Amino acid sequence: MLKLKTQSLHKRESELAQAKRQLEILSNGIFQGGDLPTFANKINETQQYPLRPKKLEILQINVGYMCNQVCDHCHVDAGPDRTEIMTKETMLECLEVIKKTSAHTLDLTGGAPEMNPNFRWFVDEASKAGIKDFIVRSNLTIIRANKKYHDLPQFFKEHNVHVVSSMPHWTRGKTDKQRGDGVFDKSITALQALNAVGYGIPGSDLRLDLVYNPSGAFLPGDQNSMEKDFKKALLEDFGIQFHNLFAITNLPISRFLDYLIASENYEDYMYQLVEAYNPAAVSNVMCTNTISVSWDGWLYDCDFNQMLDLKVASKVKHISEYNEETLSNRDIIISQHCYGCTAGAGSSCQGTVSG
Amino acid sequence: MATNNYYDPADLRKFGSITEWSEELGTKFFDYYSKVFEEGALTAREKSLIALAVSHTEMCPYCIDAYTKDGLQRGITKEEMMEAVHVGAAIKSGATLVHGVMMMNKVNKLDG
Repeated sequence: MLKLKTQSLHKRESELAQAKRQLEILSNGIFQGGDLPTFANKINETQQYPLRPKKLEILQINVGYMCNQVCDHCHVDAGPDRTEIMTKETMLECLEVIKKTSAHTLDLTGGAPEMNPNFRWFVDEASKAGIKDFIVRSNLTIIRANKKYHDLPQFFKEHNVHVVSSMPHWTRGKTDKQRGDGVFDKSITALQALNAVGYGIPGSDLRLDLVYNPSGAFLPGDQNSMEKDFKKALLEDFGIQFHNLFAITNLPISRFLDYLIASENYEDYMYQLVEAYNPAAVSNVMCTNTISVSWDGWLYDCDFNQMLDLKVASKVKHISEYNEETLSNRDIIISQHCYGCTAGAGSSCQGTVSG
Repeated sequence: MATNNYYDPADLRKFGSITEWSEELGTKFFDYYSKVFEEGALTAREKSLIALAVSHTEMCPYCIDAYTKDGLQRGITKEEMMEAVHVGAAIKSGATLVHGVMMMNKVNKLDG
């Protein structure tokens, strides 16, 4: 049994549950006073403002904010108390788009996407569209949360799903601190179950990648070095194998923003992000090749903008009126949280964005 | 902005500005510094732990701040960090104690 760390900001009725309040914080203080440049001014230094989309590569669909975990730094503010779940009607609209999109990657996320009651039907239907890379972001513990989920590794295998899973550290202490007591042991068991059906084995087409994000107010280290450390420790201690590690920077929104403010780390963290700003990462940030779809069908430049309720700046704003050409002519909406994707080697849902 | 403290955490961010008053030496120092910490015969992770231990023996608040954060970024655990600090402390105390031999030599010479 997992011990939930907390409740979502929404359940606690925190003011930070409101996107508007988060955006105010990100625009005031050190950015308003001029101590740090706004993201718009920063990218304008290298003539990269306004940020514009390139060829669409990734269609990311969030099928609901419900989750069996309440992780400290969740940018979705997900948890068991979130009831926003994509309906079958919206899924049908998504399927129409999946059939005709030029994107080569379909990326299902949540919450725990598996908790959507129509998840398996949706995966079954979506996999028929023949998209090259079909990702499901699984938090691992869901596989062990209930008997009805125990066969997920086999289900993923049958649909040739690319599994991407969060794993904050190779030690129990650091993992459970961020994600809740018992998460580490359940994650290990789930990874072993995935390995058992062929996921993550070197040379296997059944892709299993892990996502690392820091457990506190610091940036991720070098992705390749972290991957080596993860691989060594997980293999030696538990016989676990996986393909790649994606190192992702925590963006200062939602529960991570709440944590930064409560721990008095907010200003230092923003300084870290701005000091680590890498102009080379800007041209490859994920909002330039991604469309993010929310549980209720609205369209966003990325998952983070979705959580900040910053809908695309386009005539087309909903999956029901989806048009890739029209969407490609939009400006991408930015704010100071975007510094999280341009720090160091850059950060995206696929890990770093520059060498 | 002036503070009432000799050490201000915000000053760490200004470290790079030492180059402004001596560009050649400052640049040479930072080039050397970054080269030292590159992956070599020792891993960057091992170097980070050495730097953390030395930060403590040097009792440099800026360095402790920087290399604790650096360690966290590299996935180094708090247990590993504390062991490194103890290595530094052991050398520091050993370096004090080994001078006891000088004292013993002197006593033996003067009063043996």
